[in-house]
Amino acid sequence: MLSIDRSIVEAIVAHARRDHPDEACGVVAGPVGGDTPTRHIPMDNAARSMTFYEFDSMEQLRVWREMDDRDEEPVVIYHSHTATEAYPSRTDVAFAGEPGAHYVLVSTREPDTEEIRSFRIVDGVVTEEPVRIVDAGVDPHAVQSYMFGQSPATVDYECSGS
Amino acid sequence: MAIEVRIPTILRSYTGGAKVVEGAGDTLNDLLTDLDSRHAGLKARLVTDAGALHRFVNVYVNDEDVRFLGALDAKLSDGDSVTVLPAVAGGAFGFAAAAAISQHRAATAAFSQRRATAASVAARRAAVAPR
Repeated sequence: MLSIDRSIVEAIVAHARRDHPDEACGVVAGPVGGDTPTRHIPMDNAARSMTFYEFDSMEQLRVWREMDDRDEEPVVIYHSHTATEAYPSRTDVAFAGEPGAHYVLVSTREPDTEEIRSFRIVDGVVTEEPVRIVDAGVDPHAVQSYMFGQSPATVDYECSGS
Repeated sequence: MAIEVRIPTILRSYTGGAKVVEGAGDTLNDLLTDLDSRHAGLKARLVTDAGALHRFVNVYVNDEDVRFLGALDAKLSDGDSVTVLPAVAGGAFGFAAAAAISQHRAATAAFSQRRATAASVAARRAAVAPR
């Protein structure tokens, strides 16, 4: 299960829309061991391609060192597919080199709706996981006495297969 | 002569979990051979059977990508710091097709300078690999 703040999801989608029809890519860093993505880092797609993405190696070195200095790790590594579904391609699986990361895919093939899915990719095996989008803007303590009849502050996008 | 080498999470199974190891060598290839004597299997994850730096990793000497320093022939000095990171790449395109295109681009680019075109990244990586 990936729990991620709605504002970060919106920033990822905005990035993917901005770069469409090229693929967009980036990282969401979070404290080591916490499994919580907190700091969105949009990366350049050095391939500038509609069907391929690749971090610029020098930008990656800088960002990875910065995470190291801040005791962070890449909790989420995301990219967009701009004409196909949000499911890891064989290329994605071949390259997946961060076994601890959530691989998030966004499909921007539909102009009005986005498909956002998350996967673990370890030793070539893809496992889809649910994405739980959290509204951090809603302080659970502040609204406690007003919860009756309200919609929940979190939405589970249940995905098949996991 | 000690060279500090930073190992990414995915390869720490070869270093007993160590994030930083030390090695020696005049070139990157020598260094990897030296490391492999103590961390068996590590070199095969970084270098292909054909003897080229693997496409799935980025290796840096100090602040520079070794692909711009001669790849496995990159010269090393005592006190250098080598960093290995997993290359982050992928995309909707099938791998076989992507590989074929990058080879085609490599062949084309071998006769020209590195260009800041859409093709350049994949091409120049393959183009600097030893033949």
